[in-house]
Amino acid sequence: MQQYLLHLADNSLILGHRMSEWCGHGPALEIDMAMTNISLDLIGQARNMYQYAARVEGLGKTEDDLAYLRDVPEFRNVLLVEQPNGDFASTIARHFLFDAYHYFFLQKLCASNDEQLAAMAEKSLKEVAYHLRWTSEWVIRLGDGTAESKEKIQAAFHDLWSFRGELLIPASYEIEAAKQGYGVDLLSIKNEVDQKIFEVLDAATLTRPTDGWMQSGGKVGRHSEHLGFILAEMQFLQRAYPNATW
Amino acid sequence: MVDATDTEISTLWATPETLLSQIWHWLENVCDPEVPVLSVLDLGVVRQVTLQHPQYSMRSSVEERLPVSATITPTVVPIVIVHITPTYTGCPAMNMIAANIRLELLAHGLKNVQVLEVLSPPWTTDWMSAAGRQKLLAYGIAPPQSKARLDKMLFSDIPVPCPQCGSNDTELISEFGSTACKSLHRCLACREPFDAFKCH
Repeated sequence: MQQYLLHLADNSLILGHRMSEWCGHGPALEIDMAMTNISLDLIGQARNMYQYAARVEGLGKTEDDLAYLRDVPEFRNVLLVEQPNGDFASTIARHFLFDAYHYFFLQKLCASNDEQLAAMAEKSLKEVAYHLRWTSEWVIRLGDGTAESKEKIQAAFHDLWSFRGELLIPASYEIEAAKQGYGVDLLSIKNEVDQKIFEVLDAATLTRPTDGWMQSGGKVGRHSEHLGFILAEMQFLQRAYPNATW
Repeated sequence: MVDATDTEISTLWATPETLLSQIWHWLENVCDPEVPVLSVLDLGVVRQVTLQHPQYSMRSSVEERLPVSATITPTVVPIVIVHITPTYTGCPAMNMIAANIRLELLAHGLKNVQVLEVLSPPWTTDWMSAAGRQKLLAYGIAPPQSKARLDKMLFSDIPVPCPQCGSNDTELISEFGSTACKSLHRCLACREPFDAFKCH
């Protein structure tokens, strides 16, 4: 269960961190605020998960130990969320691909036989409904926008498409979680996730990239070089000044 | 916040019921730091208050603030446990709300206060009091609209009435406003921008 919780927490933390990198750089003030709001939701969700993971582990660790004192191979997030922001279109494409999965995943997680997980899912789902709506609208706006915006978002989907597969291919701890009833059977949400993505791509007049070879490894700690740079920045303070607090 | 004198404290603690209803009353003084016109009770963030004492244990949820009767004269200061629920998972105001609840009760002589965060059932704008909605409107923030909005996944278009002039001719600027719980709108009649409390 520990691995499962870390996987969920790491997804939210790393994506939340990526979104927070836009703070002060958004293409418009409202977009900047939306991205930092989304970031705040995700980091809040990650905190709940880490607190729970620390409790389940029972070694007296805190949420901060888990976020700040683990190194790259110990992170269990999918490769998609650690991909660089790139331009606005690729940030939107990355986030949309994650939201489409996250929304239907949380919907199912509400039925978890673990009370705490179900409560966290129910709470997060309300927030993620907003995220999915926001990214869906932006995919459509960019795709159905100018020739340049369309070219950029189309290119972003082509670049990120191979990271889509990992979201729905379970690692061993996810298979175990589904079997025990506290986790989600990823196969059971595949259709809904695909349908949502295709529906939005169609509305955005974008071409659906073909499913080919899919990237994987993040869920078991084999990460791209990008995660190390994220951690170097995110964990700097705790590494340089151990146990520093506000 | 006022400092309670010892006599005040002893009269209030004559019975656990009076103390418990006093606590609910005192919590009215604790405001949301981001929307200062709303108390934590208006917001529906406080879900339950529990008193723990060697001679009794008493709990009252937000629905029935007055507990069953039991007479006792406490000689020991009871532990007060206040359950709060976050409006949004990452809401940075939660720590401050918890600290303010503790300070408020401390000012009334309650030294042992625990504020616990609960997630389930998840907070909903339905828990906002009618008085809270009125206060929001008077403050210039449109109160939460009907639930139906959440079901519309794309380009939802239900107008939010302008809190300044009341016109329905308004448009959404962004679903993410100055705080996690608000969205940003513009009134096309009076041309004023305004915040709306998101339906949740």
